[in-house]
Amino acid sequence: MAQVAFLLNGTPVRLGNAAPTQTLLDYLRETCGLKGTKEGCNEGDCGACTVMVTDQGGAKALNACILFLPQLHGKAVRTVEGLTGPAGELHPVQTAMIAHHGSQCGFCTPGFVVSMATAHANGDRDHDTTLAGNLCRCTGYAPILRAARAAEAAPVPAWLQSDASFTLAHVRAEGSGETEGRPGEGGPGGASSPPGPGTTAGASSPPGPGTTAGASSPPGPATTAGASSPPGPGTTAGASSPPGLRATTGDASAFSPTSSDDLADWYMQHPDATLIAGATDVGLWVTKDLRQLPKVAFLGGVTDLQHIERQGGQLHIGAGVTIETLRKAILASHPSLADLLRRYASTQVRNAATIGGNIANGSPIGDGPPALIAMGATLHLRRGDAMRSLDLERFFLDYRKQDRQPGEFVAGLSIPAAAPGLRCYKISKRFDQDISAVCGCFNLTIDQGKVAEARIAFGGMAGIPKRAAAVEAALTGQDWTLATVHAALPAFATDFQPLTDMRASAGYRLQTAQNLLIRYFHDLAGTGVNLLEVQP
Amino acid sequence: MTMGAALPHDSAPLHVTGQARYVDDVPLPAGSLHLAFGLSSCAHGRITSLDLAPVRAAPGVVAVLSADDFPDMPDLSPSVHDEPLLATGTVHYVGQPIFLVVAETHLQARKAARLAKVTYQDLPALLTVEAALAANSRFEQGPILWTRGDIGAMAQAHAVVEGEIEIGGQEHFYLEGQIAAAIPQEDGMHILSSTQHPTEIQHKVAHALHLPMAAVRVEMRRMGGGFGGKESQGNALAVACALAAHATGRPCKMRYDRDDDMVITGKRHDLKIRYRAGADAEGRLIAVDFTHLIRCGWSQDLSLAVADRAMLHADNCYWIPNIRIESHRLKTNTQSATAYRGFGGPQGIVGIERVIDHLAHALRLDPVEVMRRNLYAPMGCPPQTTPYGMEVEDSITDKILDRLIQTSDYHARKAAIADFNAASPVLKRGIAVTPVKFGISFTLTWLNQAGALVHVYQDGSVHLNHGGTEMGQGLNQKVAQVTAQVFGLDAGRIKITAADTGKVPNTSATAASSGSDLNGKAAEAAAITIRDRIAAFIAEKHQVKPGTVRFRDGMVLVGGEAYDFARVVNWAYQARVSLSSTGFYATPKITWDRVRGQGRPFLYFAYGAAVTEVVIDTLTGENRILRTDILHDTGTSLNPAIDIGQIEGAYVQGAGWLTTEELVWDGKGRLMTHAPSTYKIPAVSDRPVIFNVDLWSAPNREDTVGKSKAVGEPPFNLGISALMALSHAVSACGPAYPALNAPATAERVLMAVNRVRDV
Repeated sequence: MAQVAFLLNGTPVRLGNAAPTQTLLDYLRETCGLKGTKEGCNEGDCGACTVMVTDQGGAKALNACILFLPQLHGKAVRTVEGLTGPAGELHPVQTAMIAHHGSQCGFCTPGFVVSMATAHANGDRDHDTTLAGNLCRCTGYAPILRAARAAEAAPVPAWLQSDASFTLAHVRAEGSGETEGRPGEGGPGGASSPPGPGTTAGASSPPGPGTTAGASSPPGPATTAGASSPPGPGTTAGASSPPGLRATTGDASAFSPTSSDDLADWYMQHPDATLIAGATDVGLWVTKDLRQLPKVAFLGGVTDLQHIERQGGQLHIGAGVTIETLRKAILASHPSLADLLRRYASTQVRNAATIGGNIANGSPIGDGPPALIAMGATLHLRRGDAMRSLDLERFFLDYRKQDRQPGEFVAGLSIPAAAPGLRCYKISKRFDQDISAVCGCFNLTIDQGKVAEARIAFGGMAGIPKRAAAVEAALTGQDWTLATVHAALPAFATDFQPLTDMRASAGYRLQTAQNLLIRYFHDLAGTGVNLLEVQP
Repeated sequence: MTMGAALPHDSAPLHVTGQARYVDDVPLPAGSLHLAFGLSSCAHGRITSLDLAPVRAAPGVVAVLSADDFPDMPDLSPSVHDEPLLATGTVHYVGQPIFLVVAETHLQARKAARLAKVTYQDLPALLTVEAALAANSRFEQGPILWTRGDIGAMAQAHAVVEGEIEIGGQEHFYLEGQIAAAIPQEDGMHILSSTQHPTEIQHKVAHALHLPMAAVRVEMRRMGGGFGGKESQGNALAVACALAAHATGRPCKMRYDRDDDMVITGKRHDLKIRYRAGADAEGRLIAVDFTHLIRCGWSQDLSLAVADRAMLHADNCYWIPNIRIESHRLKTNTQSATAYRGFGGPQGIVGIERVIDHLAHALRLDPVEVMRRNLYAPMGCPPQTTPYGMEVEDSITDKILDRLIQTSDYHARKAAIADFNAASPVLKRGIAVTPVKFGISFTLTWLNQAGALVHVYQDGSVHLNHGGTEMGQGLNQKVAQVTAQVFGLDAGRIKITAADTGKVPNTSATAASSGSDLNGKAAEAAAITIRDRIAAFIAEKHQVKPGTVRFRDGMVLVGGEAYDFARVVNWAYQARVSLSSTGFYATPKITWDRVRGQGRPFLYFAYGAAVTEVVIDTLTGENRILRTDILHDTGTSLNPAIDIGQIEGAYVQGAGWLTTEELVWDGKGRLMTHAPSTYKIPAVSDRPVIFNVDLWSAPNREDTVGKSKAVGEPPFNLGISALMALSHAVSACGPAYPALNAPATAERVLMAVNRVRDV
């Protein structure tokens, strides 16, 4: 059992014995009687359960159906019921949804409204991206988009602004005498800031300085992000992170470490535990496989693994960095990877999922590894006090089997600070929020018209994310021409013998993989190959 | 004006605040139980052993029921007695319920349901239409055959095309999954069900409990989407809840987890259409020969009527002098395919639009020219008849096409696309127009009836009830506007209430796009009865003729005086005037002999057309809709905002059916796409980048409510233009006909690109 404290629609909640894998959705609907948040799929794919969660990193839309209660510790949660003002005043997105006929059956509507309100709070007007995780079967989306645009200019309602200043001390101050921390930890003096808008700088500023520090500085040696002071959101969070986070440490069944040292010690003792970062996959083990997870650790408080730092020509990415944070951090330095990550699941999932989880999971169809392998990423693993590093591609041994020892965890990875030759191509049935049938990532270095180096990696083509070694060999040293590309195509069959499944046939996978190399050639040559850039 | 106003959905303020209640949101009494089915993992087999002891021993389990507990297994079928609630000895598809778990919580029921030990003796499983055809596994004795003229005339054709198109099924993916609850009463059962057909639920529950229908009350406030998937597929949950509630004396609730929902319930019928068609050099159709191979699944459900409607739409907007349609309703070991928006009509229309596209390709004509040369004679000209003998008296396809071709700038864009394609080696664009003519009425003639109940209370407030169900389509709002119009009130003064078999009995399913046509007329009749009583009363008081009394703007105008409606109502009450009435409507004119395939099955047709532009990637087959222009016939719209919403939503759903929504079964009959992670309905960015929707709002020539036309299903067919636009884009890659199958996933588009290039 775990102790959890959070703010729910402006009211502090303290749970002394939350079941570690109880989902927020079940808690809202079954315990609180807050029936506005809907269950549409129970796997994080439809968005009907979307809630707004605010922490030091700002307001985020998350799927409540695959969010475990301990993940909310120290955060502020808004459900659709909490978007309305104290006197029943509608939020601007609610008003706009009515005026623009944005609801029909209404079942997806609360999730849409919460996603829209979150984007509205963040000033994010890329509605196709912020709403990609919300499915609607009735409207065809057109009226919802009209509503989202209509609400853009309205100010954020005052009643939502208290979430940004929420801290655990807030719960303590308002709660009963019951302590939820270990004695001596997290005294009121520690991290607490008085409630009130704007008191926590980290909350109101856009995703952390570090996320752009590395990206926007010109490539060059020794430009460490440290120069620009707080190096990243993780640090911001770390600085204001209340020591009380550690107080959620319950019995061995649910541990919430607040540092990687904590985690390393505990995981050595409990190598059979399940590590939970975003729970975007582990959540389904519980909601779909109906598994019991007797021993879990929640990694959300391990703030020292949530940094992105630039050192020389390398970008060091902590395992706990969310996909969304990473995406924003690399928009300028790795635009093709950022594009790929924009199509990685949905906003709700990217806000929860971490790059470390994406790697450690070992899925052959995860979108992170092929791109990272194509860049020559180095993976950092930790076991107790022992750190080791290896080429990421060597981590994936076989289907669902990785080079990871008991008690060892993914601590982070390093990638080149820029990869101008990198292009990432994701092929799926639907553009947004879909799992890749094929994900092909190409990173060639062309020198004086010849292929100096070729790194090509694919997801969806084998039991692991895998390099196309034979194709690379066929290209390396050759003139970079369409003839060379065509000559290299047969090598794909050497590298890959893909499977047929519900996403694509083996034949399609192989032909498409080959054709993606042709696309890459055209892409580098500036020929139009991006469907998403075609305007009507 | 109330009727015809673009008012928001009546529940919109509740939707956006999370206050709108669905079945799962209604608090049930303490002690309520939760249900889950244990499912077959075998496509066809005899159950050789069923060990439920681990299920019974699981935490929270109160009862476990299987075939052994029912000497007389309750039946769920909406058509014939072929759908037992639980498998009786033999299983017929993967996902068929075998046993029922009753537990203290939803999660406990789900967990326990996975603990059974079941063994099967495999029987041959028929999974495809080819396998079923070879085994002569079908519903009805043999294929249904309709013919007109002589398809031997094909010999005179200038061009003959021949082929087969595969058209996939479609999961409804209502956002609210199937759910029901049963609350035992002292002398009967009260059911809450997310259903399009409360009377069917009532009928099936009464039958299962051996109660008269009068002892069962079914209530339905709103569904979180239906699309046909809640016409018959909710029966299992309601009957299971009723039985468990009856057995335990406690309220019971059952909702399917999404994966279970997709594995258990039926979907749109997939099919293959084989065709041979001939035309003269100008593209005028001479003869068309269709064979429909329809995969109906393991039980009959509504398949015969679905297959009929596919045949009834095999002509779409075109007069075909010689035609032969052969329809095989094949029985397979898969989910029982069921009603889905369009009910077979879209499948039939895809067939003829494919023929038009193929002929146009063969004749090197623009498909629009081929269409124009084959349209039914326009309204006002002597009508031509459909293959089933109905005169098409209201054809406006010509006018709709003319205006849409102009407003969408079709020809100039098509020329621009040719230029783009010539200069673009990888990406190719395509554009296509398709029209629709959709028949409105249930083909089972007796279903074309509806009832309503209207009360006016002494304070002037109005309570409205009717036999239709709200699934998001705005039916309640439309009917409220019709009712308000009669009384001269604002629609907001009409209190909308849950569909309730205790208020309006013997209802038909809210289906076949008929909701507002039928229930609007019935409510209007009820309201007129009350209004006329009030008018007679107040007219007498003022010594004027009742016909001179006017109800307008919340006032009653009589003999030069104007009184507040509520005041007049109160006077009428005190004068002992009845202020409550039922209303009833039965659709006129329709007659249909389904065995002969002759008659007038439809009161009228609804028309429309769409132009869709797409772009494809010829290296990967990925594709995307760039722009869609729609002109759709709603008659005199009861509510243009709701109608536009129906059209936009229907188009995207129709385009989804034909592009990304792929259902995949493995070789053992297991549905592999049983969750939104694997089954891809359109997401927000899949809508057309430019999306123009206009209404053709000339009044319906038939006497429908407010001269409006039905709008639920007809615009679904406009999504077919996306498939044909993809075909056009593929044809830019080579000389051969693309013969694109549906859904046109990236993979199928690439296969088509390969095909046209290979020639």
